[in-house]
This record gives sequence, C-alpha cells and structure tokens, in this order.
Amino acid sequence: MEWEVVMGLEVHTELATKTKIFCGCSTEFGGAPNTHVCEVCAGMPGTLPVLNRRVVEFAVRTGLATNCAITRKTKFDRKNYFYPDLPKAYQISQLYLPICRNGYIEVKDAAGAPKKIGIHEIHMEEDAGKLVHDAVSGCTLVDYNRCGVPLLEIVSEPDFRSAAEVIEYLEKLRAILQFTGVSDCKMQEGSLRADVNLSVRRAGSAEFGTRTEMKNLNSFRAIARAIEYEAQRQIDVLEDGGTVVQETRRWDDDRGVSYAMRSKEDAQDYKYFPEPDLPPLEISDAYIEKVRAEMPELPDAKRRRYVEELGLPEYDTSILTGDLALMRLFEATISYGESPKAVANWIMGEVMKLLNDTGTAAEDMTLSPAALAAVIRMVQSEKINRGTGKTVLEKVFCEGVDPEEYVEAHNLAQITDLSAIRPVLEDVIAQNEKSVSEYKAGKTQAMGYIMGQAMRALKGKAPAKEVQRLLHELLD
Amino acid sequence: MEILELDALSLGAAIRARKLGVREVTECYLNEIEARDGAYHCYNTVCRASALARADEVQKGLDDGTYTGPLAGVPVGVKDNICTKGIPTTCSSKILSGFLPTYNATVVERLKDAGMVLLGKLNMDEFAMGSTTETSFTGPTRNPWDTSRVPGGSSGGSAAAVAARLAPIALGSDTGGSIRQPASFCGVSGLKPTYGAVSRYGLVAYASSLDQIGPIGRTAADCAALFSVIQGKDSRDGTSMETPSLELAGVLEGTLQGKRVGLPADYFGDGLSADVRAAVEAAAETCRSLGATVETFSLPIVKYAVPAYYIIACAEACSNLSRYDGIKYGYRAEQAEGLLDVYVRSRAEGFGMEVKRRIMLGNFVLSAGYYDAYYNKALKAKKLIQQSFFDAFERFDLLLGPVSPATAPKLGESLSDPLKMYLDDIYTVMINIAGVPSMALPCGFGENGMPVGMQLIGKPFCEAEILSAAAAFQRATGFHRQFPQSV
Amino acid sequence: MQIDEKLVQYLERLGRIALSADERAACEQDLQKILDYIDTLEELDTDGVEPASHSFPVANVLREDEVTNAPRQNDMLKNAPDSRDGCFAVPKTVE
Repeated sequence: MEWEVVMGLEVHTELATKTKIFCGCSTEFGGAPNTHVCEVCAGMPGTLPVLNRRVVEFAVRTGLATNCAITRKTKFDRKNYFYPDLPKAYQISQLYLPICRNGYIEVKDAAGAPKKIGIHEIHMEEDAGKLVHDAVSGCTLVDYNRCGVPLLEIVSEPDFRSAAEVIEYLEKLRAILQFTGVSDCKMQEGSLRADVNLSVRRAGSAEFGTRTEMKNLNSFRAIARAIEYEAQRQIDVLEDGGTVVQETRRWDDDRGVSYAMRSKEDAQDYKYFPEPDLPPLEISDAYIEKVRAEMPELPDAKRRRYVEELGLPEYDTSILTGDLALMRLFEATISYGESPKAVANWIMGEVMKLLNDTGTAAEDMTLSPAALAAVIRMVQSEKINRGTGKTVLEKVFCEGVDPEEYVEAHNLAQITDLSAIRPVLEDVIAQNEKSVSEYKAGKTQAMGYIMGQAMRALKGKAPAKEVQRLLHELLD
Repeated sequence: MEILELDALSLGAAIRARKLGVREVTECYLNEIEARDGAYHCYNTVCRASALARADEVQKGLDDGTYTGPLAGVPVGVKDNICTKGIPTTCSSKILSGFLPTYNATVVERLKDAGMVLLGKLNMDEFAMGSTTETSFTGPTRNPWDTSRVPGGSSGGSAAAVAARLAPIALGSDTGGSIRQPASFCGVSGLKPTYGAVSRYGLVAYASSLDQIGPIGRTAADCAALFSVIQGKDSRDGTSMETPSLELAGVLEGTLQGKRVGLPADYFGDGLSADVRAAVEAAAETCRSLGATVETFSLPIVKYAVPAYYIIACAEACSNLSRYDGIKYGYRAEQAEGLLDVYVRSRAEGFGMEVKRRIMLGNFVLSAGYYDAYYNKALKAKKLIQQSFFDAFERFDLLLGPVSPATAPKLGESLSDPLKMYLDDIYTVMINIAGVPSMALPCGFGENGMPVGMQLIGKPFCEAEILSAAAAFQRATGFHRQFPQSV
Repeated sequence: MQIDEKLVQYLERLGRIALSADERAACEQDLQKILDYIDTLEELDTDGVEPASHSFPVANVLREDEVTNAPRQNDMLKNAPDSRDGCFAVPKTVE
C-alpha cells in the first residue's frame, strides 16, 4: 500500500532591524563575543524590556504578505526554560495571542495545480545566544551577541505532501521576506531556519501518524535530503512492525543521516504565562492600512506585472522574482532603457552562470546595473559581438572594470569600416589556397574553414554577417 | 542644630539656608550608623567614602545653583533590591553575593538629579519575600521600638532605619505590603504608589505586575517630597506612566474637609486584634473631626485577595528568579559537576527556604495542567478586585483601614508557620493586585507599646490626594513625632 | 489538590532546586496547607470574567529602532563567576 508523507514547517527568521527586539543594542552579525550586549539583553537583575516599533511593523507586513488575519489585541508571553544561551531563563514569545493567524502561501502540487499551504500563525520572539564548545578547557562558552535579536516564527499547517512543495513554499516565503525588507534570509548566518515536522500514514488514512521534528537544516538542499531520509526511515520502521517515536532529530548533512537528540529528563513544561513587563499591543485598522500602503511590491504582484506590462514569459518572471538581488538587478538595469527581454536573458544566462561558476550568492554580487546595462547596450548596438560581451561581463563581474573603458583599452570594438576588412580577407584567401580551390571546386564546407581563419585574423571584431558577405563577394 | 531631630524637608531647608553643610549632615548620619546600627542591622552596605565624596559634590552643586530642590543635600538609604552602580545589590540573598550592578536604577538616577546623598543599602527579606526581614541572608533587622521584635518586611531595613534615625528618609519597595507593613510596625510613614507611577527599571523583580518602589519617611510631607523626585514615566519601563505633577505646597496644606472616607467593613473582621481596631477606629474619628464624612461599606472580595496574590506573585517570582543560575553573576556552587549541577547546587545553596517555597509554589501554579485552575483563575480574581475598588471609588475619595491585623511580633514567631504569615498580608496585598496607591501612617500604639499603622487608599494616580489627607491627619495628631525610646 | 513527595520532587526539578529530605517533608506539608487555603479561590464566581493581565489601560509602548548602546564587553562579564575568551564559561552542555 502507498505511503503518504505529511509535513508542517516552523520557520524562524531574524528580522532586518537595526536594533534588538527589547533594547538598543545593534543586531549586526559577527563581532567579538559579547560586544553587542547590554544589561537588558544579558538579563541583568532589574532590567526591563521595551519593544522595538519596527518589529511590530515587520510582523504585520509579513502577515499581510502571507494573507494572515492580524490580531488586534496581541501580547507577549514568557516561555520558561533553563539553558545557558537564555540569560533570563525565559524567552519572551507569544503563545496565547500571536500577532498573525490563518494565512497561506500558494504552491503547486504534484499535478502542477495551485495549492494553498496554510499558515497557522506568525509570532514575534527573541533569539537566544550562541554556545561554542571549547576543546582546550572542556567548557562551553556563551556569547550573547545574538540574544534578543528579533525573530518571527512562521508556523505552517501540516499541509505539505512532498519535499518539492516544502522547497517551493520556502522559496516563496524567502522571496516575500526579502522583498518586504523584513529579513535578509541568509541561511548560512542563521537568519532563516526551518524545522520540519514529519509523519507518514497510509494513503487515504484520515489520521496523522506520530511525527518527529527535524532541526539543523542549513540549506534548501539539506531540507530536501532530510525529508527524503526521514520519510523513508519512518516507513521502514512501520513496515518492520515498529512504531515511530515522537522525538526531535538532528540532521547531519555530511553523513546524510538524522539522529535522535538526547531526550530531556522530563517532557518540557514551559510554564507559559503573560509577560507582565510588556503592555499589550492594540493594532488599529489605520495602522494596518498604513503598513499595507507602505509595503513594497510583493513577488506575486511583480510576476503579474512583468508578464502584463513588460511582456516577459512566465518562466523568466518566476526566476527574476524568486530572488531579491536578481529582481533588483533586473529592475535597475531596465531603468537604463535596455529591453526587458534582453536584460532578462542576460541575467538568466550569463549572470546566473557567473554566480554559479564563482560560487557567489546573488545577494553578495557586486555587479552594478549600470555596468550590465552598458554591456547589453554595446552588444545590442553591435559595437561588440555577443562573445566579446560575455568576456567583458566576466571582467566586470570578477574585477569590477568599467565595461566601456575596458572595450576601448583592449581595442575590442567591432570593425565596421568595410574598407579595413577587405585587405585582411584578401590576405586570408591568399594564404589558404587549398581551401579556396576546394571551395571553388564545389566543396561548400570549405567556406566554414575560411570563415574561421578570417574571424581569427580579424580577432573576432568584425560582424560575422559582413565578413561572410564579403568573402562570398571575393570568391564567388 | 540637632541634625537627627529634623525630618527630611526640614533638613533640606536648613541645608539650603546654609545652616547646615551637606558633609556635616552626611557625616553625622554615617557616624550614627557606625555607632548604633549594630543593635538593629538596618544596613547591608554603608557607603561611607562615596557618600562623603558625594556630599562635597552636592554642596558645590548647591552653591552653584545646580541643585535647588527641597531634598538637595539630604542623605537617603536605599533598599538592597534597587540597583546601584558599583555598589553591592544583594536582595539580602546569598545568590547575589558579590554582585555589583553595572548601572543605576532609574530611581537612583533621579535621587542623584535631586542632589540626594546615598548612605547605603538597606536590609530586607530575601528577594522581598517575607514580612519580618528575618528571611535576609545577612541576618534579621530589629525593630527600634523593641529589639526583640521584628521591624516588619520586606522593607524592614528601610522602615527601621527611618525610625531609628539612621536615615532621614529611605526608599523601599512594595509588592504585597512591603513598604506599608514595616512602616506601620516601626511607626513611620510609607507610600506604595500607583502601579506605573514610579519606574521599576533597576528594581530587582519579585513579582513584576505588583512591584512598586516608594518612599518611607518620618512624615507624609517627606514622603510626598521623595515621591515627587522619583515618580513619572521612564522610557526604560514600558509599564511606567505619565503622572500628574505633585504640588508639594498643596500637599503640605492639604485637608480632610469634605473628603468622603470609606471604611471597608471586611477590613475590620474577626482576624483584627482589638488594639489595632481601636487605634484605626479612633483615626477614623479624627478624620471625621477634621471635616471628612466617614462611612462603612462592604468589600467582600477581601477574602480572596491572599490566595490570588500568592498565585500571581509566586508565578511571576519563579520566572523572575530563574535567571539566578551561577553563570552570569552572583554565587556559583563550588562543588558543581556538570551544567545541571551548577544550576541545582547554586540555587539550592544560594536561596533561602522561603524563596524556595515560593519558587515551588510558582512552578506548581504555572505547570501544565494547573495553569487555568490557578494562574488564570487568579487573573480573573484580579479583574474582580480591581472592579471592587473602582466601584468603591465611585462613592469615596479615600478608603481607610488597618495595615496589619496586629502590631510587630517577636523575632522567630512568624517563620514557623508560613501560611499564617501569608494571611497577615490580608489588608495589604489587595491594594497591589488592584494597582491603586496606598499610604501607611502611624495612628496609635498597641497594648505592647508598639506602633499601630493605618492605611489610606486612593484612586489610581491620586497620590496627591492621599498625601494631602495624610498631611492633614499628621498636623492634627502627634503619633508620627514619637521616637522609639532607645533612640 | 493533594501534594505528595513525587510532586514536590517534580517541582524541584522544574525550578532547578534541590531540597534535603527534611526540607522536602516540611515543604510538602507547607505547600499542602498553603494550597488548601489557596483552593478557597474556587468559591469565587469568575464565570465570564476576562483575566486581567495588566492593571491599567496602557498599550503600544514602543521604542524607536535606533542603536543606543555602544559595543561593550567587560562590563557584562565582570560579574561572571567564570569567563574565558570574552565569553561566559559553563560546564560542557550536551545535546
């Protein structure tokens, strides 16, 4: 009998605020340990939290962008547990009245039909610190720099049935968070983290199986692999007549396996209760409308606009709106007057190839829209040919050269003066008597060779069409 | 001029008039503490060197016009749960031994801005949990009226220091009566402000939704002066609020004429001892003679105040006190092996029994399965208690009642029966749950010669009305001018 | 509510404290007495009452998203019983 995999996601995203959620410390990534720390985020006795205005704005933005209802009266709760990364021994979070509820993101199911993945809730909370094991002393070292960095936890319904749906949802969610300016979503810096709850059941069954929670998933690729592994593991357990244990499992991406984390001596009892130090939030219609009005254009809206107004194919728009850096590069480049389709082709072709070849993340790319526009303009106007254009773009991408100066300095512009080309071709004909006579004897393929020799002699700088026309003129 | 005879406002006036120097006054108090505090143990820490240096600085500030307020140059003692930068702040607990805050509480900054001089840190029940100051890790404070008796608590050090003339004025904190009850036991005046009237930033939290800092002084007028220094919104405390500014002159000339005073009948029930009842009833008569209308009314919800209070307070406390784990500051058990052991041993060795009991109780009422039956139920009771007070204030300007069922007990009498100790908070905890302001002031003496206090309860953010009435009462009576004989 | 030794031990673990056998026995008795008293709250009719989380109608207390704290380190570590390499040090944690 067929097995069905059922999954839900808990996504944590660090917000792109300047300061922490409850104090005026910087959220800057990196820095020496315990330098972006004050009495408040270090949980010193007597200190109190005061909520960062931007966090509320970002939460509401995210809620609106994911079709959620905004909770008009919302408040914070304390989640109590002891661990050295949590200096107050409680995390200020939201249990009873999360700020956003009942939203969805649309993905495509296995048959390619649209499918809504429900968002159960989105709540605001503070991040914990970082623990590093010190091999020399055998101690664990505690760094509170990340302590108090604002997070949104986005909890989906158990609506996923395949890894592909999960990845599409995460890609869309990431684009939303990036496009709205809510988060930079750098997985390698931990600003986007996803935990996967997974269970399996016989196809057609109405009840859910026992689920496990998987942590430490550091890339989309790891998530897809971990899902495949865990689904198969649970199916094997059940088919062998065993039972799945509800537990938290850690994914080891190097070994391609997950393993159960040591269970705590007691089931966790977080003793949630309303946070007395923070007054509640009352969110008005006017506030929601203001946030909505100020919201940057969302990926879905952009996609529609690219198709309808710019005439781009669906495929192109989905690539360009799937990544904030690519979208920005696209929009800025067409603002220089280049044709949208040409720009899209260059980004999806050459730029993405360069990103891939150099292992650069799109958000770290230094390529300027002006430079890309200049390269495209030179190719479109046939000042340089496409091949030269690619070479120049690579120089621009890797070394940051000015494309026009580079073309000038290296004498790469096409020779458009026919009188300059003709003598070169006459030389080529003179030096390749054998091929010329073969051509004249009717062996038309010989023309390819002659053409190649001609282009080499011209260093590729003459328009091929012109060269071919002149060669025929000289030989026929 | 006899410095110790002067209340804080008179001292401030004499300093401004250059009849007394700030150093002279400060030194006088430091010497008194050194000579006599051995008998009471009001202070956990005395800041002699920094106080004298500060006195000189303030004198200069007075001379150049930086400080002009009524309390400029007046020394002050601060309860040991209020953070003072670089000065030990222990909450009278072993677990905070050696802890030196890196910042000043907002109220401490405000004392500085007013030109006051910090004398030292005052003893208290450990983490403000107790009503006798006997749960202090540094040992109990003794009542200056009778050193075999407790000064009350948890701000016992603050009240005893004012009564013993070891501080002209002091700050305490009140979560369930911790300013009013020791003020009452020691024959001094103390104000528990409206929740939100004074910033809690830097007050080591016991129960965050109930804690308030307030003044303890010899007179209502002194309390008014210190309250006006510390009150008002603070951007570091989201629960603090804008408060109406307090006209000190108005308070000093306040009157009870035409005031509608309500006596909650349920404050005068079976548990109240005869001598306290007599003194408070006599005070009600005094109010009437000063032009107030006095009427008894029913406040039946009183009986649910103590259960609701201990649920809310212990729940918040167990969370607030979880941060003491031997990692970031304070005491770490030396023998600990492994992380869990650091937690358990540091806390087992660092906390006293009363604190542990309340942590246990707090964990119980918050734990899964009990939250609704206890914590949520208590929050509903809180709503009803608030409503009862709002209803009462439709009819009355002020409520008058006893602070504690009896006068100060002997040392050692209370701790053996925690439940009895909790029940004695019956008249005070309700005020914290409602969040309203209340002031304790002396109104007589018990059969054993110990002071009896009464409390005047007012509407939210109407401290001025309470203080004015209290000042009027004190102009007409002499209880607040009585000194313990030993002093 | 009936308190027993097992519950007391659970509460000790939950609060990361440890009681001696004598303390535990005393605590069991005290908690029982206190809870018996607290249970009188059950008599209070709270049907339809909204739980009060804050005393007064104050809401939306927010700060601007501006950095106000300069980087600092030694201050925060100054009180730590054990610190190394700019970090608080604790015995090894295990997952």
